Amino acid sequence: MNIEALLLSIRLALCVSAILFLIGVPLAYWLAYSRWRGKFLLEAVVALPLVLPPTVLGFYMLLAMGPHGALGKLWYAAFGHGLAFTFEGLVIASVLYSLPFAVQPLVASFETVDRKLLDASAVLGAGSMRTFSRIILPLSVPGIITALVLSFAHTLGEFGVVLMVGGNLPGVTRTVSIDIYDRAQSLDYSGASRTALLLLVISFLVLSAVYGVNRRAGRRAWASWPLR
Amino acid sequence: MRSSLRLLFLLLALLVSRPAQAQEIRVAAAADLKFALDELGSHYEKQTGRKIDVSYGSSGNFLAQIQNGAPFDLFLSADIEYPRKLEAAGLIEPGTLYEYALGRIVIWMPSDTRIELAKVGWKALLDPSIQKISIGNPEHAPYGRAAVAALHSAGIYEQVRAKLVYGENVAQAAQFVASGNAQAGILALSLAISPAMREGKRWEVPANMYPPIEQAAVILKNTKDKGAARGFLTFLKSAEARKILESYGFSVPPPGKTGAQAQ
Repeated sequence: MNIEALLLSIRLALCVSAILFLIGVPLAYWLAYSRWRGKFLLEAVVALPLVLPPTVLGFYMLLAMGPHGALGKLWYAAFGHGLAFTFEGLVIASVLYSLPFAVQPLVASFETVDRKLLDASAVLGAGSMRTFSRIILPLSVPGIITALVLSFAHTLGEFGVVLMVGGNLPGVTRTVSIDIYDRAQSLDYSGASRTALLLLVISFLVLSAVYGVNRRAGRRAWASWPLR
Repeated sequence: MRSSLRLLFLLLALLVSRPAQAQEIRVAAAADLKFALDELGSHYEKQTGRKIDVSYGSSGNFLAQIQNGAPFDLFLSADIEYPRKLEAAGLIEPGTLYEYALGRIVIWMPSDTRIELAKVGWKALLDPSIQKISIGNPEHAPYGRAAVAALHSAGIYEQVRAKLVYGENVAQAAQFVASGNAQAGILALSLAISPAMREGKRWEVPANMYPPIEQAAVILKNTKDKGAARGFLTFLKSAEARKILESYGFSVPPPGKTGAQAQ
């Protein structure tokens, strides 16, 4: 069993969940409350990683991160080296890959907040920031937990995107799913299945935790996700 | 309602069934054969009217699939070890193991590099402008193993080790360097002379610097058409097929000699 790969995957998943929370909350707020007619286009873009094969996403990322890609050029100018085959590169690719898993539960959750409360808050003189932090956010805790846990779990099991842009460097980009794949390829089936079992157990525990928390909270704002 | 259901079933049946065809010979082949085998297949079809249906992939994956009953007639592996494992497990037609070629490796760089690869050879990899060198994963990709062995023979493995990135197979290693994310790669010659990469610079690694990359074909036990499979294997041994393999970047052992070592 490869502990280094497992720890790397956990570190990656934590970074990605944190970044997705920071990006996801304002984005979801806008998606939940904006009345812009073209909103559905952005909703479709956010949902793309749900349906695109990870290898397609990874292939585009590889081109974007290269010396001729927009992202790659920017990174070269700032740091003097490429973005592919680095931990930072994996983080950026995974943020895109897990985006809908953070944003959609948040949107679902924000949308179920009773409009009357928002109106009352406005009538009483609260600005939209205050309404957001005092009303919407506290009422959306189960949705936020769901978003965090799903982005964590989804990134933890990520394979295709990492395979395309990672380069399989131990401790840098060799994540647990790549390690399992490598072992299966080298015919080390028992090693592969031990690590796979551990991943299965962790994923199950994480998901049970989120279902348990939501049950206790008695609210399933995200229950309709992802069929909303 | 009933008629629309019937229509639905009819449509499903149409989607599921495949049009009847003369049976194709199903071949599982290593990724480095992509271009050579396309050509071999079209020659064979012209000669015999039989079509070759090739799945390209990693030899390790194919081994696992064949052990679990994958429906292939022939297996063309990039590493003779895999067919030997199948032989030991009794999954091949006895006596059909044939080494059809030896793989060759090159250092490859994009054409816009200022390094004069042909002149400096190995030293090119030590150039400071080379930040990443892509190779196949030496844990399971035969060309990756050969690349590491060659780096050891050249005495520069320790110096370049931190620059190495691993493709899942040699074709992905080629993709890393062709897309510019790595600045050099140690790749199969057969890929380096393919249409997409022909323009780049390349330098062939001398064959005595790495153990031979023995490519071997076998007929599988659960072939549906032993005769047809034998026919294609015989074609692989023909002078015509050998010439094609050579032109696509493989060395071909002298006739009648299997398991031959590289000179």
